[in-house]
Amino acid sequence: MTTATSLIYLLAAVLFILGLKLLSSPKSARRGNRLAALGMLIAVIWTVVRLIPHVTPAGVTISVLGVVLGGAAGTIGARRVRMTAMPQMVALFNGVGGGAAALVAVSELLRLGGSRPQLADGLPSLFAIVVGGLSFAGSGIAFAKLQEMMTGRPITYPAQQVVNALIAIAIVALAVVVVVVTDGPVALAVLLGLALVLGVAFVLPIGGADMPVVISLLNAFTGLAVAASGFVLNNFALIVAGTLVGASGTLLTKLMGDAMGRSIGNVLFGAFGSVRSSVGAVAGAEGRAVRAGNAEDIGTMLAYSRSVIIVPGYGLAVAQAQHAARELADALEKKGVQVQYAIHPVAGRMPGHMNVLLAEANVPYDQLKEMDQVNDEFKHTDVVLVVGANDVVNPAARTAPGSPIYGMPILNADQAKQIVFLKRSMRPGFAGIDNELLYDPKTTMLFGDAKESLTKLVAAVKAA
Amino acid sequence: MTAQLIVEFTYFVLAVFIGIEVISKVPTILHTPLMSGSNAIHGIILVGALVIASTAHDTLTVVIGFVAVLLASTNVAGGFVVTDRMLEMFKSRRPGGPSDAP
Repeated sequence: MTTATSLIYLLAAVLFILGLKLLSSPKSARRGNRLAALGMLIAVIWTVVRLIPHVTPAGVTISVLGVVLGGAAGTIGARRVRMTAMPQMVALFNGVGGGAAALVAVSELLRLGGSRPQLADGLPSLFAIVVGGLSFAGSGIAFAKLQEMMTGRPITYPAQQVVNALIAIAIVALAVVVVVVTDGPVALAVLLGLALVLGVAFVLPIGGADMPVVISLLNAFTGLAVAASGFVLNNFALIVAGTLVGASGTLLTKLMGDAMGRSIGNVLFGAFGSVRSSVGAVAGAEGRAVRAGNAEDIGTMLAYSRSVIIVPGYGLAVAQAQHAARELADALEKKGVQVQYAIHPVAGRMPGHMNVLLAEANVPYDQLKEMDQVNDEFKHTDVVLVVGANDVVNPAARTAPGSPIYGMPILNADQAKQIVFLKRSMRPGFAGIDNELLYDPKTTMLFGDAKESLTKLVAAVKAA
Repeated sequence: MTAQLIVEFTYFVLAVFIGIEVISKVPTILHTPLMSGSNAIHGIILVGALVIASTAHDTLTVVIGFVAVLLASTNVAGGFVVTDRMLEMFKSRRPGGPSDAP
């Protein structure tokens, strides 16, 4: 690298580091993202300038075409996606990055060789191909699960871990063959194919509710694959930026796991064995009676209470009921009722997802209380209104060691004087397990679309 | 190990520590935007993809290079735009709140 290139890549790296730093605080997050984008722009523009003397005609065409088409697809996708579908969009953008890292490594190995590569190039290339390919395919499955193109439940089959281990062993064996014998196109294609299969097999047994943690982990994987490509291309910017994402992404994955009260190992491999017991719980609960109420009675009860806590869940977002929820909160406050929102760390489908969705509906975030702030207040609260949430208030997390969500910290909604569930049906939540709280004598169900129910409640509160 | 490899390995190790240090205190509400933002940063693979694609001679490299540039550009553009959209929505009713940040 020339001096100018080194310094410009260093500038980009500094902007990435500052960007990540600023992203860690609500006040500066947006500025942080823009600084990182500026770093990216600088690195890419300088790369183009540096490449101009070396380009081929075909190379220019495909580069321009690729940047224009990819940039347009990314921008349009990101602009159009509804806030509720944000998690799968992030998975998609992560996956394509992993795919790009794998392809760059494949291409570089082909250019270097036809014969066995040197270890210093071979090892990082193979790492980038395998980890990048795994991230690409795994993100695709995560996308399909969250988009509900396939079931969100864990998909398990006998000897699954053995099968996965065999795929991993085959990958290592083939990698050794590439380094020792040949790195021809066929061997690399098979290797990439196996990595894709492993990516699919790796994410299949993980439930939809755990997808955020998986996406975060795959994000870290992609970062490391990019760093490995940087070793092959001897490119400082790739090494530093990729490693930054790999390291911070790993820590972020752990933090997310902590917020759910789960270890990463439990998230990734917890589905094995725990599924059967949860199925038993669902079957045992069939045919039990719940108390269904009507909007008028519940509205009156809300209007004459002193304090109400709203627990929003993904169902609220799906029904686009954020605005209706805010109207209800406004109507209640006019009646002198104290209203707060209790936000579980994984409400919605990603940590922080619900905060984004409610912010979109102009709910001021001083009303949004995190779990630790609000959990002691439930026992002094007259009514808890659970809107489209389920797993995050399921006492099974405290009491049923066999449950897939056992150990997850939950909101203490069961300690309130009255509990109202706004739900479409008795269908279980994303984790696929039944909720004892629905059958509690203190609980009233209001069935129907969350938005319609909330609108009826607003009218009932105003009339009370 | 060659001198170049040692230097690169040094960058790698230092970047690991910086990466961990820089996000050690992040509130839960920012987990999603932070993931999405760092997701955009690994789009730097675009630089590598451009190196491969723009100097391509044979058909196989042209195809691989094109797909790599396409995927990496999607990662970069989509990652930064979607993160910005998310962060745009963090507002507060209180004066001096986060929305007032420049």
